[in-house]
Amino acid sequence: MDWTRILTNVLGEMLAPTTAAYALAAVGLNIHFGLTGLLNMGQAGFMLLGAYGFAIATIAGWPIWGAVLVAIAASALFALLLGIPTLKLRGDYLAIVTIAAAEIVRLIGRSTALTSLTGASSGLRGDSYKTTFQNLSPFPTGTTTIGPFSYSNNFSNSWWIRLVGWAIVLIACLFVYLLIRSPWGRVLKGIREDEEAVRSLGKNVFAYKMQSLVLGGVIGAVAGIVYVMPRAVQPDSMGRPMTFFVWTILLLGGAATVFGPVLGSIVFWAGLMLIKSVMRDGVSDSFISSGQIEQLGWVIVGVTLMLLVIFRPQGVLGDKKELAINVR
Amino acid sequence: MSAEPTPIDFRSAAARDLQFVERTPGAVKPDPILVADSVTRHFGGIAAVDVAHLEVQRNAITALIGPNGAGKTTLFNLITGFDRPSSGRWTFEGRSLAGVAAARVARSGMVRTFQLTKALNRMTVIENMRLGATRQPGENMFAALVPPLWQPREREITAQAEELLARFKLLDKRDDFAGSLSGGQRKLLEMARALMSKPTMIMLDEPMAGVNPALTQSLLGHIQALRDDGTTVLFVEHDMHMVRHISDWVVVMAEGAIVAEGPPDSVMKDPAVIDAYLGAHHDTDLGDDSLLEDEPTASITGKDAP
Repeated sequence: MDWTRILTNVLGEMLAPTTAAYALAAVGLNIHFGLTGLLNMGQAGFMLLGAYGFAIATIAGWPIWGAVLVAIAASALFALLLGIPTLKLRGDYLAIVTIAAAEIVRLIGRSTALTSLTGASSGLRGDSYKTTFQNLSPFPTGTTTIGPFSYSNNFSNSWWIRLVGWAIVLIACLFVYLLIRSPWGRVLKGIREDEEAVRSLGKNVFAYKMQSLVLGGVIGAVAGIVYVMPRAVQPDSMGRPMTFFVWTILLLGGAATVFGPVLGSIVFWAGLMLIKSVMRDGVSDSFISSGQIEQLGWVIVGVTLMLLVIFRPQGVLGDKKELAINVR
Repeated sequence: MSAEPTPIDFRSAAARDLQFVERTPGAVKPDPILVADSVTRHFGGIAAVDVAHLEVQRNAITALIGPNGAGKTTLFNLITGFDRPSSGRWTFEGRSLAGVAAARVARSGMVRTFQLTKALNRMTVIENMRLGATRQPGENMFAALVPPLWQPREREITAQAEELLARFKLLDKRDDFAGSLSGGQRKLLEMARALMSKPTMIMLDEPMAGVNPALTQSLLGHIQALRDDGTTVLFVEHDMHMVRHISDWVVVMAEGAIVAEGPPDSVMKDPAVIDAYLGAHHDTDLGDDSLLEDEPTASITGKDAP
């Protein structure tokens, strides 16, 4: 077995733009679930809207900041539309509505009626919206090799998107760090515990829940932009499984913590890569085909996560004490 | 409130003012802080609450009692905006509060607690307390990002919270999670938290439910202390004995309506009350008086039963 190659793969996965995008999406979901207790089962919908918003606006000739604003506005509007009817109801309704709404976004995106705008099920080609972002790069054209990693400076799966993606993740973490310690974060945690009690103390619970939904959704939309930067906008690759991966990452790292979502994303994708690489190298083709390895990788990840949630429900960084209290 | 510089003795003031109030349901009070008219709440065909007229005297402890299912908590929920009435109107300090959202009711100075304690379990005691405070600019999302904007107020809030915690003997639990407190301590915490906003009126829903007898006496003391500081207290209870120890005025509900009103000593002798409690539930235990100081056990279950 070639361990150098396996470890290189795993390390590469840790720093990949996809890992950053998922970390960012989980930071957004952490504001929903970890801080406010909102069960948003449609984070992929926010990401897809962000990706569409950015790509379509760029294709229409908007500058990059305008396209980012379009993505943010689209996701904020989506959050408002979802929240107005559902935030007054009990938590589980939000879960049902958000998962359905995310599916609606995906199905509308892939419908043939919108082919001219969204490219229907084949999506939008990466080249059509990447140029504005790549032109911002201070690096010269070419390829740079650092250690075992060799990526293009600016194009697609580049050093540039890695740098920007992880910088945004860090800024989002700082943002959450400030909010989680503020009186605003305290009200959200109160709502997570018991919204009637918070209401009885004179706080407008609906407004706080709406702010949380919009803020987490906007971060999700930015994650969507980072996610599509090294690839194409493909509605079917941003469906329910994506939402569940984001949830898994959040619970793995530890909800209601600052760096939990980031660590969760790194561990999740590195772990998956490790399992798949080891199986590809170590198990003979006659026993399991490479297609089956892909599937089996997910199975093993699933089992590992089940064990983790059973034996360490607070996640890697979560506070055991905070979770251990028997909430009736 | 009066503008006199000398502290007012609210206890004797309440007794004096209520002395001449008629002992009939819906009696007019000399200085009502809360006035409710024809408040009804129907659940299907059942009228859970049907109150024709109710006035609550300012700076006094008013107890709202009645057998289980009398509609006490429902009336509470209606007045505090946690439930919508089928009909009715009410004013608090002269302002109409009918149809006003619960959070705005609380901000207008009427703060409530709950029958099933709502301590925020996965938050520390001090964070629970801070949440009760008002006028914290850091509760705005954008201001929250700039700590210098809210830290001075946070220090004031913390000092106020610690003072209240000391009064309720919870200061040594300051940094514990609220979920780790005992049931009685959670009741105390909930009451202390409600006081953070310095309410003019506090509504306590069964403050004694589930509290161990050792804490009962101190809880009663706290409720009296609130009145003595000039806060109006309205509380729901179905243990009549406890009510007698601390309340200045008692309102009795049965089957959704107010059936009697009066000072605690005389209201217990009202035939309508005896009927409400003993007529329908003559085998109900009305509570254990022996743990409280003051007079000996049960004048009601013993002597007054027909």
